[in-house]
Amino acid sequence: MAKPLIGTPAVAPWTPDQPIISIVDVRKAFGAFEVLKGVSLDVRKGEAICIIGPSGSGKSTLIRCINALVDVNSGSILVENQEVNDPRLDKLKLRRKVGMVFQQYNLFPHKTALQNVMMAPINVLKQDKKEVEERARALLAKVRLTGKENSYPGELSGGQQQRVAIARSLAMRPDIMLFDEVTAALDPETVKEVLVTIRELAEEGMTCLLVTHEMKFARDVADHIYFTDKGVIVEHAPPEEFFANPKDERTRTFLGQIL
Amino acid sequence: MEAVAEWGRALYETTGINLTILYDAFDQKRFISGLGMTIYLSVVSLFFSLVIGVIGAWAQGSDFKLVRWLINGFIVIFRNTPPLVQIFFFYFGLSNLLPYIEDADGMRAPLFTNVQWAIISLSLFAGAFNIEIFRSGIEAVPNSTKEAASALGYTRLGTYLYIVLPLAIRVCLPALNNNLVNLLKTTSLAYAIAVPELLYASKQIWTDAQNVPTMMVVLLFTYVALVGVLVWAMNAWERSMAIPGYGAGRAR
Repeated sequence: MAKPLIGTPAVAPWTPDQPIISIVDVRKAFGAFEVLKGVSLDVRKGEAICIIGPSGSGKSTLIRCINALVDVNSGSILVENQEVNDPRLDKLKLRRKVGMVFQQYNLFPHKTALQNVMMAPINVLKQDKKEVEERARALLAKVRLTGKENSYPGELSGGQQQRVAIARSLAMRPDIMLFDEVTAALDPETVKEVLVTIRELAEEGMTCLLVTHEMKFARDVADHIYFTDKGVIVEHAPPEEFFANPKDERTRTFLGQIL
Repeated sequence: MEAVAEWGRALYETTGINLTILYDAFDQKRFISGLGMTIYLSVVSLFFSLVIGVIGAWAQGSDFKLVRWLINGFIVIFRNTPPLVQIFFFYFGLSNLLPYIEDADGMRAPLFTNVQWAIISLSLFAGAFNIEIFRSGIEAVPNSTKEAASALGYTRLGTYLYIVLPLAIRVCLPALNNNLVNLLKTTSLAYAIAVPELLYASKQIWTDAQNVPTMMVVLLFTYVALVGVLVWAMNAWERSMAIPGYGAGRAR
């Protein structure tokens, strides 16, 4: 049985046969502009979900709702059966369970790669420094950055920084990882090294939500693809079906433009 | 020591330049204790002004309007009034409104001494500027960096202490440097409430020895040296904090 993680009362204790994330009719407006117009989706534990769609379709806002970086106006977001859209939510507890990697890496420039990975477990979770360091070194090895432990972000390439960011997020031992266009700012030749890392994570059974423009990657890795346009989910399907036989005209237009 | 005194006397006899602080033990003691008081005022006020700056800049980002309003009010008052007027306000104005205490001899004494008032006044004066200086550094930290900290579970305070402040200090060091140099020089205003600092001691010396121009030159050079040491220390600090690939460290 899952322990109460977030601080709000669970609808019912979460069991692994239920969706780990369940979003129902979520709406969000920035001022008069409605970014999400009633979005629903379910994610099961261990699934890799790719969200694709044109710029401004609300993809990033959607995944930012899941770790409460964005507050929604209405609707329900359950993470392990805990309501995220609830004023009593302990955001910090939620964020310890939901890791996030950003387009611009957002590493802490005054800390080395190793320190970047170690900081949050030590400062936030108050874990033992020695144990965290061991784990951080193992994580950096996992993202193939052995030897770069003492480099500062400014001394690393974009792809290397992004892999440090992934290791930093994993150091918190999250149940879910969110990836917000993590390869969009990278050189084409470094995109691959980051995607390989994410693919390994997904294959190990980490629940992953990715906003991405890498269609080939989405096709190979995703268990399910969601296509968003103008704040709504236009269609969703397993990748083979999604790419081979898109049903909606908007999906066909989008895929026609980028493939 | 004796050789210095000998040289001081000879200098006076041959050129008429009267450096009593070199050969007169009493003047020498006054001058050194004045120098000591200036250093003491500077170091203590510098420390408290930094504390005020760090806390004030943090409170400026508060969710409570009243807190932000109070901080901004404080900045306006202390930035828009001359430091000498502030020192007078505290020492002659506020001091009289506060309760008096009995000193060791059973005499009625003010709650704070003139030295304490000088420290309070100078700390608040420099602190008001430091808040704005730290704010400039804080605002230079990208929101995306703060968002990354939030996403890792940092609280607002944790984000400030571990991420924003260390980056902000690096950005605002040149401006901070300037303000701290100013603070060191402004300690001379404590003269006006009879704090025996460098200027006060020098004035006593030139009144007794009638060597006004000489002591003026000594005074100027002493301040140049004091500020020189401070700037050297600040630059060393700046260098030690440079990050490879970031800000000034990028060139390395």
